[in-house]
Amino acid sequence: MSTTESKASGPARPLSPHLQIYRFSWTMAMSIAHRITGAALYGGTLLVAIWLVAAASGKASYDTVQWFFGSFLGLLVLFGFTFALWHHTLGGIRHLIWDTGKGFELQSRMAMAKFTLIGSAVLTVLTWIVALVVR
Amino acid sequence: MSMRTPLGRVRGLGSAHDGTHHFWQKRVTSVALVPLTLIVVGVVIAIPGRSHADAVALLGHPLVAITLLATLLAGIHHMHLGMQVVIEDYIHTEPTKTALVLANTFFCALMAIACVWAVVKLSFGI
Repeated sequence: MSTTESKASGPARPLSPHLQIYRFSWTMAMSIAHRITGAALYGGTLLVAIWLVAAASGKASYDTVQWFFGSFLGLLVLFGFTFALWHHTLGGIRHLIWDTGKGFELQSRMAMAKFTLIGSAVLTVLTWIVALVVR
Repeated sequence: MSMRTPLGRVRGLGSAHDGTHHFWQKRVTSVALVPLTLIVVGVVIAIPGRSHADAVALLGHPLVAITLLATLLAGIHHMHLGMQVVIEDYIHTEPTKTALVLANTFFCALMAIACVWAVVKLSFGI
């Protein structure tokens, strides 16, 4: 919602309170993390596009891109990408559960928030173990 | 002058004057992306260590390529919707907001076109 005067939004209206007003809780932390990981995946799509276009363009460009992803910086970026992907996926499943009208009680909210964080960390490590084993 | 009542005009639209289309598309793409993400992660972690020819053979395999296209299109549509909400939440000056919403659309369109071009080329021969 906009606070500016305009034909579309009408008179200035108050915004809902923002980050600094809330006390820390697992659910708010996971909500913020969901948005941050979503934005990270948005940027990560550029890497996916570069990787696919390089693979489609020929051996030389593919080898260059694979060299980058195999470098320390590249592996670090891919590790972060993996975590963002799993975190956003689990956070998304949490939202889909809420969409059914279930899981709003304090206990389940907290359990799902903690599961999102722990689950995404576990899935990230598992993904990399499998990737290194099949290599 | 409209003969419709005020309640009839706003019912199902909400403050964005756009109904629940945005919300629903976000949900549909997210439901699709849960299984698709699992499959694509499985494909991608099978890539390291392969030669270029082997990687192309895997990515261009009909089942893999079609799954990749589904994932990329659902994912890019999903992130287009998501980033628009982020922009609308934080940017309150009309010209900046419009510019960023447009930039978001152009970036997502470019990503979709580039990815589709690459997967099609990987499928039909380099």
